[in-house]
Amino acid sequence: MDWPLLSAVTFLPLVGALAILLARGDDEGAARYARWAALWTTLVVFLLSLLIPLNFNLAEPGFQLVENRAWMGGLATYRMGVDGISMPLVMLTTFLMPICILASWRVEKRVREYMIAFLVLETLMIGVFCALDLVLFYVLFEAGLIPMFLIIGIWGGPRRVYASFKFFLYTLLGSVLMLLAIIAMYWHAGTTDIVALLKPGVFPASMQTWLWLAFFASFAVKMPMWPVHTWLPDAHVEAPTAGSVILAAILLKMGGYGFLRFSVPMFPDASLYFQDFVYVLSVVAIIYTSLVALMQEDMKKLIAYSSVAHMGFVTMGIFSLTRQGIDGAVFQMISHGLISGALFLCVGVVYDRMHTREIAAYGGLVNRMPLFAAVFMLLTMGNVGLPGTSGFVGEFLTLLGTFQNNTWVAFFATTGVILSAAYALWLYRRVTYGALEKPELKWMPDMTPRELVCLAPLVVFTILFGVYPAPVLDTVSASVENLLKSVQVAQASLDAVTLSMK
Amino acid sequence: MSLLQTADAVAALPEILLALLTMALLMFGVFSRRDAYGAVSAGAVIALVLVGLLVLLGDGTQTAFGGSFIVDPFARLMKLLAMAGSAIAIILSGRFLAQNGMARFEYPVIILLATLGMMMMISANDLISLYMGLELQSLALYVVAAINRDDAKSSEAGLKYFVLGALSSGMLLYGSSLIYGFTGSTQFPVIASVLSASGSSLGVIFGLVFILAGLCFKVSAVPFHMWTPDVYEGAPTPVTAFFAAAPKIAAMALFVRVAMGPFAEIVKDWQQILVFVSIASMVLGAFAAIGQSNIKRLLAYSSISHMGYALLGLASGSEEGVRGVIIYMMIYLVTTVGVFACVLAMRRGGRQVEAISDLAGLSRTNKGMAFVFSMLMFSLAGIPPLAGFFGKLFVFLAAVKAGLWLLAIVGVIASVIGAYYYLRIVKAIYFDEPAEAFDAMDGEVKTIAYASGAFALAFVLIAQPLLALAATAAQSLF
Repeated sequence: MDWPLLSAVTFLPLVGALAILLARGDDEGAARYARWAALWTTLVVFLLSLLIPLNFNLAEPGFQLVENRAWMGGLATYRMGVDGISMPLVMLTTFLMPICILASWRVEKRVREYMIAFLVLETLMIGVFCALDLVLFYVLFEAGLIPMFLIIGIWGGPRRVYASFKFFLYTLLGSVLMLLAIIAMYWHAGTTDIVALLKPGVFPASMQTWLWLAFFASFAVKMPMWPVHTWLPDAHVEAPTAGSVILAAILLKMGGYGFLRFSVPMFPDASLYFQDFVYVLSVVAIIYTSLVALMQEDMKKLIAYSSVAHMGFVTMGIFSLTRQGIDGAVFQMISHGLISGALFLCVGVVYDRMHTREIAAYGGLVNRMPLFAAVFMLLTMGNVGLPGTSGFVGEFLTLLGTFQNNTWVAFFATTGVILSAAYALWLYRRVTYGALEKPELKWMPDMTPRELVCLAPLVVFTILFGVYPAPVLDTVSASVENLLKSVQVAQASLDAVTLSMK
Repeated sequence: MSLLQTADAVAALPEILLALLTMALLMFGVFSRRDAYGAVSAGAVIALVLVGLLVLLGDGTQTAFGGSFIVDPFARLMKLLAMAGSAIAIILSGRFLAQNGMARFEYPVIILLATLGMMMMISANDLISLYMGLELQSLALYVVAAINRDDAKSSEAGLKYFVLGALSSGMLLYGSSLIYGFTGSTQFPVIASVLSASGSSLGVIFGLVFILAGLCFKVSAVPFHMWTPDVYEGAPTPVTAFFAAAPKIAAMALFVRVAMGPFAEIVKDWQQILVFVSIASMVLGAFAAIGQSNIKRLLAYSSISHMGYALLGLASGSEEGVRGVIIYMMIYLVTTVGVFACVLAMRRGGRQVEAISDLAGLSRTNKGMAFVFSMLMFSLAGIPPLAGFFGKLFVFLAAVKAGLWLLAIVGVIASVIGAYYYLRIVKAIYFDEPAEAFDAMDGEVKTIAYASGAFALAFVLIAQPLLALAATAAQSLF
């Protein structure tokens, strides 16, 4: 590849945003133009991003398509590249963006700004997964707060101001500690190059503990892990549909990606040390938030809490530090991106018609909306983790990985699967089954072709990855193998210490 | 031996030229038959540009007047920044003062005198020349603060500033005399060598504390910040823009030179003072701004906390720290003038409005200004990829390297608290229902605001040469 493919994919959305920004004209025409320009931009970005897997060598564990450019004097360089862990996430992002734009077709308020905010957000999200420099990563990671803050605050629901402030300040507070850790890493290692920092043994164990905690503060909030998850339900409930999709499907994955990119390979000793701590938080997240989800009366809030529970499987899988666990965690991130994104789209479908997210306001939709009921059912099954959907593969692999070193954690986490079946099926029953009694519901039209086009690809991939997960697992395997080497070194030294103590 | 040698004249040529041009403009204003405000303003800007070019031509390090005046890359860069701040303030004032009946030709002349004082401060290498420059600048500032003499608030601002400023000058002078008494010299290099030979004594530390107190007053750092909100609010807006930009640059440059020059050997003695002052400024600035409803008062507290961050860089007492301070002040200058240009544009029916709630729904009525204003707010809050983040990054780099962990952690947490009140402004602009639209922006105000916004956005791309410039300037102090 002799041209910067990753930079092109990353910054192309900005070009689209600029095109929308510079367009003049009357409001209705400008809005139409903005919609189409955004849709075409995201589609072209997606098509262009297909070149990434085509030029990707699955056997190669390191970073590929690497780009280097001078940037911040001696401090940082502009360095991009993908490996088997980040590539699927880049693809997930570019794949979901056109769907989000299409799902926002009915947004009438300040369309131009809306589309610009989403396109800028796309650039930042792709950039986060491609960045191979700590400062570059931090800049892109944090910059994403600005468009998301505006998306929630301008186009959100009644409590949008509260939710947007909470989202912004919560995540910012988590991240600033990471900034200090990045600075400390720079002074210790003399570089912010992620590739160089990934070499084993860069940081002494005592330093790792502190660095791990600082990074954990940021990623745990982003993930979000119990007990710092409280911003998520608010942000989800108030955000517009496409905003919720992006939040659930991609922004949350940045936390998991951060653990895999930084915490585990750079601080393996600390990761082993804190393994039980993460296990406890993950299990609490899985069980507690599932129980909380059971009691929700707002559809979006229920799905938000279920996201926290599903992210608990991801953290548990990552910090099982086993092959299956980490494979499963990456798979679960992709799968949750598809399923939760699609579930929020489903909520958007009925919300657009009824303008309420109260579960009690619905019931018996299957009579009027059979197509919707079918799609919603498939996705509910995916959320439960039914075999045959991608949700099952992710959860099963993470549990398998965890079982190898802690049976009890795996046992308690498995109860989460049962609870998720309870709240998801109950939600489904209350919304779709029963008699169609409420008069307002009598005239609900079924899904429009546009809505179907949005949801169909997500449903197809949910099932496809459920029966044939190899495309994702083959992509990650070499990189995960590589990642585990640093953990094995740390484990070996830990074992030696334990042995000598005996 | 003639009193003024050629070498002295060459080193101080920009200052001498500025002084002559200021006198000439003053004469022109006095003897001009018609209202000379416009002509003198234009002349003042031209004078600053000319002198700026002259500063640019300089090279290397020279001292003059028996070592009491020093010109090095650091001085040149800071002088350019201060002059830029003054020139922009004059441009911003142009139409505003004319429309509000304050158009007196003395105004640009006084600003030029203040600038001259700043240049003296930046180049000071002796306690006497330090005091001279500082007083020239301060006296000019007292007058400008009260330029709207028929307005009670403006007069109050001027008087308050004068009384407190005189007190701080007194403290500084007292500190200087103690230093002189205990080291036997007023020259920075001599003081440094005495301190490195014999270490610090109680008398020196007393003097140091008094000098630092005086300087803290000038940069409006806690606990000497009380005048700031009142002066910011009371003074006419373009004057506030001036106060927030150029004098802060000069005072911070002086602070750096005093800390790194004569007292470089006793870092441990002043470091603890700066750590306290920095923490107090950041925290107070962050908390006190939350309750403000007047945008100028809010910006006053914001500038207090920004000075805290700049001092955080200085507190590390290293070359990286000085580089951080320079970058921080550079970015602070550009964003601050942009913010004040936006505040100046908050005008309805020819009347200035200053409440944050007046900004409600600006994104509907004036898209361009709304975008620039919010980007500048995010920049002040230190959110990447905007310029303000990099300012903070470089001071934190220095603080962490120096092992000042407590300071760094308090700093980042204060920046999160501070983000809240910047977000409140963004919220008013973007989330709230539109209020009545503002008057159309004047051309020059718009240009300055947009240029500043462009700088905040594009800093991430153009950082390389600016960082190199700051690094060279910082190097010259070590």
